[in-house]
Amino acid sequence: MRLFFLPDRFVLMAVFTLTALLAAFAFGPYPLSPGDVLRALRAGPWAENDTAVVVWNLRLPRIAAGFLIGAALSAAGAAYQGMFRNPLVSPDILGVSAGAGLGAALAILMGFSLLWVQGLAFCGGLLAVGTVYFVAGLVRRHDPVLVLVLAGVAVGTLFSAGISLAKVLADPSVQLPSITFWLLGGLNAVTTGDLALAAPLVVAGLLPMLLLRWRVNLLSLSDEEAAALGVNVSRLRATLIVCATLMTAAAVAVAGIVGWVGLVVPHAARLLVGPEFSRLLPAVLLLGGGFVIAADTLARSATAIELPLGILTALVGAPVFLVLLARSGRTT
Amino acid sequence: MNRRVFLANLAALPWATCFAESTVPRKFFVFGQLPPPGRIRRVFAAGAPAAVLAYVLVPDKLMGWPWPLSDEARALLARGQRDLPMLGRLAGRGSTLPLERLVALKPDLIIDAGTVDETYFSLAERVARETRIPYVLVDGRLADSPRQLRDCGGLLGAAERGERLARFAESTLLSCRDVRPQGRPKVYLARGADGLETPLPGSVNGECIEAACGVNAAPPSGVGGLARVSPEQVLAWAPDVIVTQYPEFHARAREDAFWKRLPAVRNGRLHLVPSQPFGWLDGPPGVNRLIGVRWLASRLHGHDDGIDWVGQARDFHRLFYGHAPEQDQLARLLAGV
Repeated sequence: MRLFFLPDRFVLMAVFTLTALLAAFAFGPYPLSPGDVLRALRAGPWAENDTAVVVWNLRLPRIAAGFLIGAALSAAGAAYQGMFRNPLVSPDILGVSAGAGLGAALAILMGFSLLWVQGLAFCGGLLAVGTVYFVAGLVRRHDPVLVLVLAGVAVGTLFSAGISLAKVLADPSVQLPSITFWLLGGLNAVTTGDLALAAPLVVAGLLPMLLLRWRVNLLSLSDEEAAALGVNVSRLRATLIVCATLMTAAAVAVAGIVGWVGLVVPHAARLLVGPEFSRLLPAVLLLGGGFVIAADTLARSATAIELPLGILTALVGAPVFLVLLARSGRTT
Repeated sequence: MNRRVFLANLAALPWATCFAESTVPRKFFVFGQLPPPGRIRRVFAAGAPAAVLAYVLVPDKLMGWPWPLSDEARALLARGQRDLPMLGRLAGRGSTLPLERLVALKPDLIIDAGTVDETYFSLAERVARETRIPYVLVDGRLADSPRQLRDCGGLLGAAERGERLARFAESTLLSCRDVRPQGRPKVYLARGADGLETPLPGSVNGECIEAACGVNAAPPSGVGGLARVSPEQVLAWAPDVIVTQYPEFHARAREDAFWKRLPAVRNGRLHLVPSQPFGWLDGPPGVNRLIGVRWLASRLHGHDDGIDWVGQARDFHRLFYGHAPEQDQLARLLAGV
């Protein structure tokens, strides 16, 4: 008897993510054989040797964070692409990355502690999107979606200018590299403590999205049509923005700015399972998580010195995106 | 080097139709017409290393600081230079001082120390041409400190003082010359609040390790510069000594379960060095690092017992910065050393 139906495509994605997960455990700068990793995993996190520390305290939180961040950014991207009816939208369309970047840059400039850097990054992200939403709410006579995008571009630019100003004011040999590295993104400093802070926020953003997954589809209709079907469009839109912002800001606060994930993964997932949001959402969670785990494994094992994750996701993401773009151009 | 000399000559004598190629590799380059030492009264430092260089040689001629000094740093400087204004830096697109204001400040000379490459050549050449203020570009490598101090001392009319400081620099840089390559400990220089930023071998930010006859724990990558690394890498590199200028990281490393596992931390070889008024290891990468090299060399090679570092630091401050800090200031500064 079959308890539940698992379509083949989901099996494929699960296999991809699982492979990425296993590879992430197996590879890294600390030389460990797969046998060592298995033994350490079996022995539990309390063993007092370097292998246990590498596997349980260093690789496991990193892999978990990679999955969390990939899933969060991809889900936020998928929700936004549906909501803005635009396939070119990424989670930072409303300025969340620029806001978070400014928060972090200011914290580094002031010489604050790590927790403050993360906290201010998170608050900066929320502040940027809050400003966009507030400004867009003041404009009445235009298409609300267009106004949101334009306000997002403007506020994002404003916050980016703030980042540039912070960079100019920063001490070039001490603070400037820290700001630059933060903006490039990376999972190298992730600890279990960071995960404990970010995971609840991501889940808090994801839950409403899961519950509303059927209704999100209706946003692909025009506002009038959706309203005629009994959907309170502006409230649904506001809920989605809050959810996506929570998830993105939490992800960015932990990992810095990791680009392209939220743009590319929803596209790939849509090719695999179609645009229907209740199928798309689990697909992007799986794929996004797997993608970032894979990219991060590459980031920490490809070269002697770690490559920033944001560079790798862009290196992989941009060509994939161009291929997708060329293909969709041909079919329409 | 030939092309650089050529360019420097070309810039200094744009009207020349022929020029003699110098066979002596120079470490400083002059753009514009250099005034005689006695006529130089106002020196503008284009960047932080140059400001430190000018401050230790001719404090009275330094016009201001290129970056905002903290109150802590100001308190450790000579009275006359403590309250100098923050003027900004010249670094091409990264400049924080408009050339127009530079002209209004009427310096007799612009001095810059640090990387000497085509980018900085063209910048110096352009600034000198546009403002008609002579511009001196000095190769700021740590190993060249004696020459920097001597050359610039002569240039700025403080030859005697330059010679004295250069001798200190020489004895510092020679202090560990007899250490054999296989006896050199691996040093991880931790930067940033989380300690996961580090200079790669060959980077200007990590020169103090090589100068102190240690080995940079990070592997050579051929590019130099700074890198973000992961805890796993630090564990794999297994450094013998960890040094940092970041109090936050120092405190964290002594609490955090991961860092506490590292042999260097377990063996008490995690050290916090002063970052004020100028860093001992870096920040800025200037002659301020000499005291750090002296300290690190003796730490690394075990002839450290019984050295009174508070006294050493006081002597260095008096000799270079022209001001001996109070005992409690020094004790605070050297708490983690």
